[in-house]
Amino acid sequence: MQHDPSITHEAQQHPISLYLKVWGLLFLLSAMSYLVDYMHVQGIMRWTLIIVFMLLKAGLIVSIFMHMAWERLSLIYAILVPPLVLLVLVRIMTIEANYAFWTRAIFMGGGG
Amino acid sequence: MAQAPSDREIIGPTLREIAADWSADQEVFRHTHWGKAMMWIFLLSDTFIFSCFLTGYMTMRSSAVLPWPDTAKVFALDIGGHEIPLVLIAIMTFALISSSGTMAMAVNFGYQRDRRKTTMLMLLTALFGLTFLGMQAFEWTKLIFEEGVRPWYNPMGAPQFGASFFMITGFHGLHVTCGVLLLLIIASKVARGHYDRTGDYSAVEIAGLYWHFVDLVWVFIFAFFYLW
Repeated sequence: MQHDPSITHEAQQHPISLYLKVWGLLFLLSAMSYLVDYMHVQGIMRWTLIIVFMLLKAGLIVSIFMHMAWERLSLIYAILVPPLVLLVLVRIMTIEANYAFWTRAIFMGGGG
Repeated sequence: MAQAPSDREIIGPTLREIAADWSADQEVFRHTHWGKAMMWIFLLSDTFIFSCFLTGYMTMRSSAVLPWPDTAKVFALDIGGHEIPLVLIAIMTFALISSSGTMAMAVNFGYQRDRRKTTMLMLLTALFGLTFLGMQAFEWTKLIFEEGVRPWYNPMGAPQFGASFFMITGFHGLHVTCGVLLLLIIASKVARGHYDRTGDYSAVEIAGLYWHFVDLVWVFIFAFFYLW
């Protein structure tokens, strides 16, 4: 497959220390989300912490390890915008799950 | 009075314009290596597959009438007489993150055309992947033979737990397995100097994208399935 060789090697040279720093951060964030469970943090605090650590880790992996931070905006938008529609699916399925739960609880005596 | 333009006149040129823009799609991603753009598109579709699994898991879990098992206890290990919650999953997480770190460095050395370091780091990445798979096999064995969990049955409560556990972690494990194979293939090509002859080390970066994605998916599984 032919392509223009001048376009592939741009902007992908970063110092190793950057990767080591991100690696360390990912370790730290994983350890912290593990601690959330270990320290038995409960309720809204638990969910907030889990989601915040999860999003931070995902952001670091995508932007630094997968080099998304140095890609062109057309590629970034093409990849990152479509998954947002999943929020609609999650909302719809939340409603559906509530309906299924109450149907089971009311008509099947909680045995379903 | 001028005649109103017909639908055909309005829609026709506009649609043709959109078709012309997108049929020239090498223009959209013309600054990106074709293989890399294709890998990103594949990963986007894979994102949707895993999201469907996780959303399905959310639906099953919040509609279950029987209690959901406490994952901290289910995945606890007995180490030196102490029951440590989720410890196996924590080690698996660290193994996968470490593999991502070594992979990122392999990509870097690939672009510096350092064959030896790239090969070694890719093999190390594959080794971390195999460690992860080994621990997952252990986890599955424990759950199937000691706890008696099945995709349709779960002695600890909601049967949906078994279904979503085997589906989600199984599909992720399949991705790790494919990733290890891909890494070994690319690493052997690097070692044999294939990319020095073609002058293009992008294959290392593309394999890296796939591998980081596997790690990325695990971040979400770890948060939603094990910690929630």
